[in-house]
Amino acid sequence: MSAKVITITSGKGGVGKTTATANLGAALASRGQRVACIDADIGLRNLDVVMGLENRIVYDLVDAVEGRCRLPQAMIKDKHIPNLYLIPSAQTRDKTAVSPSDMIRLCNELRADLDWIIIDSPAGIERGFKNAIAPADQIIVVTNPEISAVRDADRIIGIVEAEEKGSPKLILNRLNPEMVKQNNMLSADDVVDLLAIELLGIVPEDKSVIISTNRGTPIALDPKSLAGQAYQNISRRLLGEDVPLLNLDKGSGFFNRISSVFGSGD
Amino acid sequence: MGAQGIEIKGIKNGILISIKDADWQTGRTALIEHIDQNLNFFEGAKLVIDAGDQVLKSPELADLRNLLDDRKIKLRGILTTSLVTERAAQDLGLAIQIDQTSPAPEKMPINTVLDGEEAVFLNRTLRSGHKVSHSGHIIVLGDVNPGAELVAGGNIIVWGKLRGVVHAGAAGDEAAVVCSLDLSPTQLRIADKISVSPPRKGKPRPEIARLVDGQLTAQDWFKINK
Repeated sequence: MSAKVITITSGKGGVGKTTATANLGAALASRGQRVACIDADIGLRNLDVVMGLENRIVYDLVDAVEGRCRLPQAMIKDKHIPNLYLIPSAQTRDKTAVSPSDMIRLCNELRADLDWIIIDSPAGIERGFKNAIAPADQIIVVTNPEISAVRDADRIIGIVEAEEKGSPKLILNRLNPEMVKQNNMLSADDVVDLLAIELLGIVPEDKSVIISTNRGTPIALDPKSLAGQAYQNISRRLLGEDVPLLNLDKGSGFFNRISSVFGSGD
Repeated sequence: MGAQGIEIKGIKNGILISIKDADWQTGRTALIEHIDQNLNFFEGAKLVIDAGDQVLKSPELADLRNLLDDRKIKLRGILTTSLVTERAAQDLGLAIQIDQTSPAPEKMPINTVLDGEEAVFLNRTLRSGHKVSHSGHIIVLGDVNPGAELVAGGNIIVWGKLRGVVHAGAAGDEAAVVCSLDLSPTQLRIADKISVSPPRKGKPRPEIARLVDGQLTAQDWFKINK
């Protein structure tokens, strides 16, 4: 068994790469998969915070690469789900501390004992990004329905294609169906039309994402959350299941439901 | 092309050779010699001999025909004013009347090979950050996304959606044009004129942008009188 390496990237910062990494890791692990999440954002680590594992860090990615520890020592076991591990990045170093070939070597070492390796790429297109995509079998581009994020995603897709990493897949994060309806936000169709890559999933805007991120509990483990369901669906698609996109149109509030019942008459 | 005592010219479907002035033996020898020197030109050719008023008999014509056959040249006919020669030619199955007007201009094969101009062809979608510069024309089979840039000395044709920045006639060619199936570039430049796309109304149509009286103008491809 050899793990599949997935790199989550975006170009623009703040679109939800780290949240996506943590939640896909949690969603896959909750389905019995053996998963390691690697934070490749050296110098600006935060995957550990989102996963709630900050206080357990002893060794990090750079320690493992530079031989100060064995690789399993840098792997932190998740506190919620068995079979989920985190390799945190170093906070005190910068992107030049590891090279793309280091990352490939590291992932090859991990492959035998895992099903999935999910790499959280830093924003930008520089060294850190190159490190993150070097070992990838599949690249997932995360974007928001904003022109600037889509523009950067387009650039990233161009670079990934030029590196012959195969066509990346897309996660559209923080879509607000209400705003799309009012024509105040790009729709999923607009984004897919421009980027022209396979849409892996749409994650709706959901306040509980922020709450879960702050608590260090992945939203993917909350069955009541739409965003959590979206991440679970994405993980099922990664496992090869054919899952339809979530219907984001249904109103979630009581009054929405009432009005749609009464509204059906006109 | 010419040789001692003979005259050679091209006619429809072959080559006409006049051996009128020289005596037959000399002319014939000169012709064969000339053919041997230019075998590449004559090989496979169809010849008509204009023998003028020379009196020739079948063996002489047969002899020439055989010599030509050896060189893979076909003797098609003999033009003559002598009845004897005419008869001899007929005996050998050679034509005696051939349309000897030179190739008519309207029947000339039309030259369908155009020289063309230099261009680059890109069979892909250009994404943000891609830039293509070329001194000739640029043709893209795919989309040009916002953030991508095309700079051409000549024309730009995008068979797809054009949403990036394009500059046609970058070296100052005001006759340059930009065509696209969906012409909505971030910015469009032709020569030294710059414009931005107006907001799109309705469905995209194939359009062509060019300079008209110094103004950048985009026109619906199907509505203009090309």
